[in-house]
Amino acid sequence: MTPPHKPRLGVFKFASCDGCQLTLLDCEDELLAVAGAVEIAEFHEATSAGVDGPYDVALVEGSVTTADDARRIREIRAQTRTLVTIGACATAGGIQALRNFADVEEFRRVVYARPEFIQTLGTSTPIRDHVPVDFELRGCPIDKHQLLEVISAFLGRRSPNVPTESVCIECKRRGNVCVLVAHGTPCLGPVTQTGCGAICPAFHRGCYGCFGPQDTPNAASLVGKLEELGMARPAVARVFRTFNALAPPFREAADAAAKEAVAP
Amino acid sequence: MLERSGFPSLLAALRQHGYRVVGPTIRDGAIVYGDIREESDLPIGWTDRQDAGKYRLERRADRALFGYAVGPHSWKKYLFPAHERLWTAVRTDASFAVRPEPVEGPPLAFLGVRACEMAAIDISDRVFGKAGDPAYSAHRRGSLRVAVQCGQAGGTCFCASMGTGPGVRKGFDLALTEILSPGRHYFLVEVGSREGAAVLSGLPLAPASQTDTAAAEAVVARTAASMGRSMDAGGLRDLLVNNPEHPRWEIVARRCLSCTNCTMACPTCFCNTSEEVPDLSGERTERWRRWDSCFNSGFSALHGASVRSSTKSRYRQWLAHKLGTWHDQFGTSGCVGCGRCITWCPVGIDITEEVAALRLPAPPPAEKKP
Ligand code: SF4
Ligand code: SF4
Ligand code: SF4
Repeated sequence: MTPPHKPRLGVFKFASCDGCQLTLLDCEDELLAVAGAVEIAEFHEATSAGVDGPYDVALVEGSVTTADDARRIREIRAQTRTLVTIGACATAGGIQALRNFADVEEFRRVVYARPEFIQTLGTSTPIRDHVPVDFELRGCPIDKHQLLEVISAFLGRRSPNVPTESVCIECKRRGNVCVLVAHGTPCLGPVTQTGCGAICPAFHRGCYGCFGPQDTPNAASLVGKLEELGMARPAVARVFRTFNALAPPFREAADAAAKEAVAP
Repeated sequence: MLERSGFPSLLAALRQHGYRVVGPTIRDGAIVYGDIREESDLPIGWTDRQDAGKYRLERRADRALFGYAVGPHSWKKYLFPAHERLWTAVRTDASFAVRPEPVEGPPLAFLGVRACEMAAIDISDRVFGKAGDPAYSAHRRGSLRVAVQCGQAGGTCFCASMGTGPGVRKGFDLALTEILSPGRHYFLVEVGSREGAAVLSGLPLAPASQTDTAAAEAVVARTAASMGRSMDAGGLRDLLVNNPEHPRWEIVARRCLSCTNCTMACPTCFCNTSEEVPDLSGERTERWRRWDSCFNSGFSALHGASVRSSTKSRYRQWLAHKLGTWHDQFGTSGCVGCGRCITWCPVGIDITEEVAALRLPAPPPAEKKP
């Protein structure tokens, strides 16, 4: 069965660290198989030759932080059948979304020698705030195996097998000792989506929430536990505002903690 | 009777008889199950302090080998591994060939199986036996259960309520009672099978006196009297099956994280999911099985949407199956009172407390103000 034409895969970058695109490059051998089956266009990390649309699948990394970004993503959407965002920046604004809780004007004055050259919006927003998104692949950075699954699923026109359950299930499957229960270490695993393989708890660290909220998160209950473990409200607000600050359940938890922290 | 000094000879004998010995060992601040090569792999002189959502290791005043309750792992990790390849299919000229996964390696000797865990393995034997599961029976076949009578109940234990412990009464190959009396540290050894007897031949054993047997019985009686929790198990099936609208479900759902820890830690929870893992060339695909949980929305997904979308419905499903419909399906309760779901729940939801609350009649619905 040969497809009538080689499917075209576009890879696009917005405000981000490139880590997620590097995950795609890190797929080396598998990528060769991917490269054989598809035409890869607009992959600035791999080749400098850009190709115009249309695209069967577009992988979009990064968040929207400039007016030009907002225009560009609409153009990409118009040229793309299946648009997939990859990583925490594209799906939840990323670390740079912390600007949404601060004064960007002040950053501009303090950080840059010639602030007038810096064109930026006051916010960092996920792609879905600007255009419809067909699938969001979570993670900071994304997981290689999940990325390959998503690419082969969409190119094969089936739905990808990417679980949306908690980090805890993977943590227990792996045989980790729960750091929250056995060490009293704060951990976001119960409210965070699996995909990383529960790496941090395996190394005695609490989960940082890189993959964003799991499908049925109960952040309010976990916050109660974090406070019982001695975490102060501002610290609670901070842990929910790291990689996925704009994901609604994390945002609500952080906002509630931040509000209570300033209230008398 | 085996003196403490003779204990290494038991480990050696197990190995000589071709077993891979697995049992309790310390890792990452907890007593987990792993390979036991020598007696120093055991948590000698350690104990655990357990409460809802809390587990800590502590030093004991003595050098007991088995002076703790059960930890986060259970024997199911060997009999029903968390992630297991079941078969591989390879494309052939005209069709495809399926190669079942071979189970290799020596038979397992489970060292330190507690009464509740004996009951949990018996339940799993029935569950997987009923399903005719080849992978489970391959791991279980030829395995040896070296039980240990609990000398100390954990803070979340309630086996006495469930009628599964603390004494191991049947089904074992060997059963040890560790006795620490002033000036003497020894084990009473009971034999339960031919395989168990075979391991003992050649060990430095002495016949047990009546005092020894009485001391061993006192150990179990003391443990039975110090259970950390209790649960009224009478009429549980009907209680669970007849109360789907009890307001308690709403209350527990406010705390429950839907995180799956309780089901992962439970020695009898057996839910799993299978997935095909094709390679990119499409020439080869593998069938893998992974632990799954009724607390996941995907677990009850039919035609793309979850049947149990609320945490309330998932917690209710778990408890109503474990303590209720399990009886209809497999002839016993699904709970052996090991307390793992209580200890390893990050927010400390306590099955005994939930059952007690479900026993209280639901308050009449609040009257509407005129
Ligand atoms: S360590 Fe964190 S992720 Fe792992 S089981 Fe405990 S709470 Fe869940
Ligand atoms: S339900 Fe809880 S106490 Fe009962 S067997 Fe499972 S983990 Fe142990
Ligand atoms: S009862 Fe506890 S361990 Fe089980 S899913 Fe709910 S929060 Fe997690």
